[in-house]
Amino acid sequence: MKVFNVKALLMGIVILLAAGPAAGKKLQIVTTTTDLKAIAEAVGGAYVSVNSISSGRQDPHFIDAKPSYMLKLRKADLFIRIGLELEQGWERLILEGSRNRSILLGSRGHLDASAGIRRLEVPTGAVDRSMGDVHPLGNPHYWLDPYNARIIAGTIARRLGELDPEHEAQYARSAEAFSREVDIAMFGSALQEGEDAEGLWQRRPGGNPVPGIEAQSGPGEARGWQAQMAPFRGVKVVTYHRSWSYFLERFGLVAAGELESKPGISPSPGHLKNLIETMRAQQVPIIIVASFKGDKAPNLVAAKTGATVVKVPYSVGGNDQARDYIAMMDQLVTRISTALTRSSL
Amino acid sequence: MNVHAARSLIIVVLFTGYLPAQGIAVQPRYVDISLSSLFSSGWSSAEAENLIALQGGAHDPNKRGFTVQNVELSLMGAVDPFLRGEAHLIFQIDAEGESSFELEEAFLTTQTLPFGLQVRAGTYFTEFGRLNPQHPHSWSYVDQPVINTRMFGGDGLRGPGARVAWLSPLPWYAELFLGLQNANGETAASFLNSPEEDRFLGRPLVDRELESMADLLRSVRWLNSLSIGEETTVNLGVSALWGANRTGQEGKTAIYGGDLYLKWQPQANDQGWPFVALQGELMHRNYLAAAHSSEIFIGDEESLADIGGYLQVQWGLKRGWVAGVRYESATGSGKDGDDPLRDQRRRVGGNLTYYPSEFSKVRLQLNLESARFFEQGKAWGLWLQYEFLLGRHAGHKF
Repeated sequence: MKVFNVKALLMGIVILLAAGPAAGKKLQIVTTTTDLKAIAEAVGGAYVSVNSISSGRQDPHFIDAKPSYMLKLRKADLFIRIGLELEQGWERLILEGSRNRSILLGSRGHLDASAGIRRLEVPTGAVDRSMGDVHPLGNPHYWLDPYNARIIAGTIARRLGELDPEHEAQYARSAEAFSREVDIAMFGSALQEGEDAEGLWQRRPGGNPVPGIEAQSGPGEARGWQAQMAPFRGVKVVTYHRSWSYFLERFGLVAAGELESKPGISPSPGHLKNLIETMRAQQVPIIIVASFKGDKAPNLVAAKTGATVVKVPYSVGGNDQARDYIAMMDQLVTRISTALTRSSL
Repeated sequence: MNVHAARSLIIVVLFTGYLPAQGIAVQPRYVDISLSSLFSSGWSSAEAENLIALQGGAHDPNKRGFTVQNVELSLMGAVDPFLRGEAHLIFQIDAEGESSFELEEAFLTTQTLPFGLQVRAGTYFTEFGRLNPQHPHSWSYVDQPVINTRMFGGDGLRGPGARVAWLSPLPWYAELFLGLQNANGETAASFLNSPEEDRFLGRPLVDRELESMADLLRSVRWLNSLSIGEETTVNLGVSALWGANRTGQEGKTAIYGGDLYLKWQPQANDQGWPFVALQGELMHRNYLAAAHSSEIFIGDEESLADIGGYLQVQWGLKRGWVAGVRYESATGSGKDGDDPLRDQRRRVGGNLTYYPSEFSKVRLQLNLESARFFEQGKAWGLWLQYEFLLGRHAGHKF
């Protein structure tokens, strides 16, 4: 029996290759998350076409390595990941499955957006799994600090400039424009035209008081995130997973604990009991929960403590309003500051 | 650093590929090491000799009391910019209490071939259907389906060889696998089999020389994957195998199969839960036994047909919990009512699994058996399986 008809197979390959779509002029970018997509779109503008693997309603730690993702990557010029092992459960499978040589780890088409980020919670001692799902390279949820969005934009602009030198200057300008948008959203209209916001960002930790910025009145949008969150500096909050460290640090909120007994481990009744006691003692007013997490544990703890559950998108596309990075961060700041204002605790 | 500390450091570096980090150091990832250990305990109404036949997979719980199902050491990593390497070594204690070691798989996979091509070479599981290439740790049941045991023996179909995979440029995911492997050994049961076996499907086996490429095991698989919206994915595959068997110089075997995997998972899921996964496979074997005439057996050339399959549904109820039910059926042509590899067999299994984390699980499974090869014809088995995983475990193929 003749099983392999080599000639027919080769002819088939040639026909299929010829029928494939011609590569467009736009750089094809695939990001692992929608936040990276939103920033890459802001930087790349009309010269790029960007797709994201996760949808913004998903938890990017836990994604099935579906064949459809491999197809998305097949023709990509640039793959951008969050890194710090956020995507380690599925990244290699879809990269290898795509058969796209130009985006493999170590090539110019593979960009780790965590480069240049000041990492939080990098373990100093030995890490083992009795501690739960501790990320040995540090907490990977760095996109939730708007300052880091500026760094990501710069990192992407530099790589786009390398891949497409013709538009290098445009990428750099777009990254600067995006950073400026973030600055204004953060510090409000009090930020003077041409004033460098870098110094304001550097007032860490927790954004030390910036009187001129924080005294602004008027609607939230005009005042900026810094002013909206300023009254709550030092307030203790509880989160579901330890995803919010960067956000909390930026706005001076303090983590009083997590619903998960250990990172990535389901909330246990014993742990929740202790947490409820802590929350009562410390009068913790809110529980921050990403939109894809279950309601049961947060609602149970809220009912026992009087705290408010604040369900928020933690990525662009996490809800209908979070259309782009600034809109997503707006949602976070508005929902959290509103809940803190209304809380009777 | 004293001698003791130096020795400890060398051991750490050798076994983990890590140097103690100073601040945020670079972490070398030369090799990822993991250990998957799968055990079970339980009871069956069937007696030992029948139980071994009912639970015919080499990793199935097959003994009243405790079974070491599979202790597997896996090593994998990038060899260089062009190749990845992977090896899986199995340690086991069988039903008689004998320890054994097996080289389950060791192969390289190319990373940088053009035109969507990828080559795998070494010794590896044959790409046939959905379950055959999966390792016991990723099974949804404590045991392998009856039809897999019948077609591919206790350990699954694997062996030394090479295969090409081609991701076609079609607008949906369509991948074609073409492979060539040795057809001999205990992991090629329907083909040249182990030299120690003297009978298969009731026919005596003889020594046989390889005379042409057609005597090797040739495999073809075509896998398609389609998305139905953002939350449902369907994989559809067809596979075929051809190779020589050892009933005589003219003996040959062909196996054909179709497989289906459908998974629904909402976008807003909690670490992967909830989900519903439907999986099924159907296989048909045509075993052409050559004419044989000797003191022990006289028989004409005969075509032995076997067919069977399974259908299972796994329902991820809530984070950590999965309930499943599986129906299996297998039968063979002719009058081999007492051959446990060919008789009419039905099995219904139901199980409940709890995953405390990604790295451990506990599973309780009830099997209800109906078979003709033993007198009682019916049996039940209740098995509790438990697993732990150490190290960096590779993600699972969808």
